[in-house]
Amino acid sequence: MTLMNEPIKRAEIKPKYCRFKKNGIKYIDYKDPDFLLKFINEQGKILPRRLTGTSLKFQKKVAQAVKRARHLALLPYVGDSLK
Amino acid sequence: MNNYETVFILNPVLSDDQAKDTVEKFVKVLKKANADILNNEQWGLKKMAYPINKKSTGFYNLIEFSADPSVINTLETEYRRDESVMRFLTTVLDKHALVYNERRRKGEFKNKENRKPVKKAEEGTTR
Repeated sequence: MTLMNEPIKRAEIKPKYCRFKKNGIKYIDYKDPDFLLKFINEQGKILPRRLTGTSLKFQKKVAQAVKRARHLALLPYVGDSLK
Repeated sequence: MNNYETVFILNPVLSDDQAKDTVEKFVKVLKKANADILNNEQWGLKKMAYPINKKSTGFYNLIEFSADPSVINTLETEYRRDESVMRFLTTVLDKHALVYNERRRKGEFKNKENRKPVKKAEEGTTR
């Protein structure tokens, strides 16, 4: 059964939302590695917006916070099985 | 008078009181440049995510202060001069950061449950 021309079930697809806007978080702390772990993948790379669904404004803040945490060795530049 | 926050890592080979003296030295540098210190935290010996010049642990210290922009230059040259400081990072704090630090000091983020300050329950159940 090929999925070539199957209709996409709109209802199943969950709309992505920016967790910072929804939860009213204004500042992303670079000193808190456990929170930042949610935004990097196993190799320590920053997750793209299309996966996390965060808005541009907060994605920039997340990226800056992760880079500062890496500078302070709170997060690895290249991690293996980080989670 | 902007608000700044500086985190620096001291070499682990230092004994405890040596580490305290160096932290005290930096606090004095700030005080001499009439900055007022809001918060001074020592996270103590922490394991680092990757080794910095062959050391995998370090003394982490955080100083939150408000000062004139010119003070930062003197502070950073002081850091560079002292070879026991392995790494430092000073950042400017905007108003959201100040509110956050205030709540952090009050211990609101101590346990992981109330990590999200507002409306945490809905986050997992949105359809």
